[in-house]
Amino acid sequence: MINTFEERDVAVEKRFIHKEKDIREDIAWAQINKDVLKSLERPRMLFWVIFIASLALFMVGVSCEIYQYQTGMGVANLDNPHVWGLYIGTFIFWIGMSHSGTLLSAILHIMHADWRKPIYRFAEAMTTFSLMTAGLFVMVHLGRVWQFYYVVAYPNERWTWPNFQSPLVWDATAIFTYLTSSMIFLYIGMIPDLAICRDNATGFRKSFYTFLSLGWMGTDRQWANFRVTYLTVACFLIPLAVSVHSIVATDFAVSQQPGWHITSFPPYFVAGALYSGCAAIITLFIVLRYVFRFEEYMTMPILEKTAKLTFAIAMVWTYLNLVEYSSTWYGDDMYAKQALIYRATGDFAPYWWMMNFLGSVVPFTLAFKRIRNNIPAMLVISILLNVGMWLERWMIVSPTFANGIYPWTWDHDQWPSLVQWGIVAGSFGWFNMLFMLFCKIFPSVSMYEVKEMVYHRSLVRKGTEDATQINPELAVEGGIAS
Amino acid sequence: MSITNLLNNWSFYRNKRPYRGQYDLNKEYSEYKWAMALDLDICTGCNACTTACYAENNLPVVGKKRFHHGQVMHWIRIERYWDEKMVDFPEQGASFLPMMCQQCEAAPCETVCPVGATSHTNDGLNSQNYHRCIGSRYCSANCPYKVRYFNFWNYPSTAWPAPLPDQLNPDVTVRTKGIMEKCTFCVQRLNEAKSRARTEYRLVRDGEVVPACVQACPTSAITFGNIVDPNSKVAKMWKNQQVDLYKDLQEKDNTVRGYRILEDLRPFPSVMYMERIRDTEA
Repeated sequence: MINTFEERDVAVEKRFIHKEKDIREDIAWAQINKDVLKSLERPRMLFWVIFIASLALFMVGVSCEIYQYQTGMGVANLDNPHVWGLYIGTFIFWIGMSHSGTLLSAILHIMHADWRKPIYRFAEAMTTFSLMTAGLFVMVHLGRVWQFYYVVAYPNERWTWPNFQSPLVWDATAIFTYLTSSMIFLYIGMIPDLAICRDNATGFRKSFYTFLSLGWMGTDRQWANFRVTYLTVACFLIPLAVSVHSIVATDFAVSQQPGWHITSFPPYFVAGALYSGCAAIITLFIVLRYVFRFEEYMTMPILEKTAKLTFAIAMVWTYLNLVEYSSTWYGDDMYAKQALIYRATGDFAPYWWMMNFLGSVVPFTLAFKRIRNNIPAMLVISILLNVGMWLERWMIVSPTFANGIYPWTWDHDQWPSLVQWGIVAGSFGWFNMLFMLFCKIFPSVSMYEVKEMVYHRSLVRKGTEDATQINPELAVEGGIAS
Repeated sequence: MSITNLLNNWSFYRNKRPYRGQYDLNKEYSEYKWAMALDLDICTGCNACTTACYAENNLPVVGKKRFHHGQVMHWIRIERYWDEKMVDFPEQGASFLPMMCQQCEAAPCETVCPVGATSHTNDGLNSQNYHRCIGSRYCSANCPYKVRYFNFWNYPSTAWPAPLPDQLNPDVTVRTKGIMEKCTFCVQRLNEAKSRARTEYRLVRDGEVVPACVQACPTSAITFGNIVDPNSKVAKMWKNQQVDLYKDLQEKDNTVRGYRILEDLRPFPSVMYMERIRDTEA
């Protein structure tokens, strides 16, 4: 109840002026360094819990793979019409996961969305590690993994080449290109921060960061070259990211199988990729925020913006999904229609409906501000969304084999064996392990970009060019490179 | 294939099958194009062809458990299609259909193999190079007939205990785990016949060589031969049934029984089937 002018002012301020900010504008540069560098030292206990659990899961996967390598693909319980299983489905899932790092760091960078700055570094690391995981799945899937290099176009004395008509060759090329580019991008963007680590480290860490920071001094010339290089690689990476998942989609779209032979697959795959990637970013955001005490940088408004982005992409995905269903339903291809009906009513029906529910209905919870600002709810929702997206990939791959064009495929039951599940679980362990190691060794929040963000925002707020007037601390404690 | 070539001959590429000599429009098979004709009216579903194939091509017997897992390795399989359920089993009729690799002219498996382990030969076979295969199984995923079989286990170590390796066919390799295999039209027999004919400066005569399944068929339901030779039995059968190897939509009247399976997908298979005639009144 508002009775006095003062109370009214307080109320107004709460509603408008005190709108939560992406980041505190009076945060000192030295404080940023201190907070982020602390993440390299003593994380919360949960870090080690996650790390050990991931390591254990990874070991499960490794032992499954050793068993499969020695015995043959039969232990995966694949059979002759069902030659692809969870491996290919999870491969697409990991490839998809890799797309949001590029979205955040490259696309939003070019669009000058500066709220991405505190969270893009770990998203990029996610890109790199999920691509590595996806690459492993190609290996795990091959019958004779020891000869995987036949797919690579390398000069040899027999003059044999890969078959350039095959989408798998495009795949191998695209993934290797994307992996190398995203690693370079991640590394280049990290150089100024590595210099900060170098300046603050001692002992063997000092030589480690000295080696990695390539003699970064923070001179004007270095900054100018850095900006150009970073932007160039970002521009290079955007079409690459789109093409990689389009090419993965062509693996399916160029084949003749019902349920795969669909023109809208490339955009559908790209949308699905961004979707699962954004959901994964939310999950990791919440974990990192807690584990490394990044509450000051990974703020609620940023989480909310990411959630809004996820919601938008979820709607794009839902639309493209409906496009796929309706074009199949009203299309002329009776095999594809039959496969669609099979997916909705056959053996895979529970998973298919769950996929549709988790992928298209659950994101509507993100439309509510109260849920977007509720961390436990967001954690659960983001994991659910990723479960949905994983199911989606599985539902693309497996039902087609169970209901192919030829009737002989129709009466073959197939269920993935424990070896397959073990390797899938192991991949999550492997990814988490690498990701956690990365966050422990490298600054997972971009220090120099957060400083830029603080600086620009304080300028905007005060309408002045001289930031030292707003915060005298800036002038004394922090340099640009330190 | 250049873009100009593609644009100039668009109707050709759209309506005709892409074949081995597709870069040269005038090139056709000059010596051999192996093909089959299979009369379902004569087939009794006795499985002799499957057995013969196991013996000829060193196929492993996988055992009951793996058979039920679907990891069976029959290059030719007898499919059984029950009649509509008017009556129960003893009276219920069934149709048999022997299914093997159709040796498609525009084989869907060939284009997708990442390492080019499967490709077309000069005599129109769809060959499989075991040494090149890395086991990505994309060929099987894209095969509409699902007639490719993958070595899920290391069968040479289990399928033939001690004295049994002596009965293996020395002309055919034994395949290890992790590679794809399929019906070859008994390419080892074809090659032997071809090289014998070459030493005598002639082509292989009709009926001189047949695959194991054709040889074993007690009712002679399967006919095999060189379709380039217009006087061969198989070429005559194809002609009588008005099935053209190079068309995806046959212009034929209702008096003939010949058809090819899944022709509308345009793989241009080399196996022609002849429908079974059922006397429903009897």
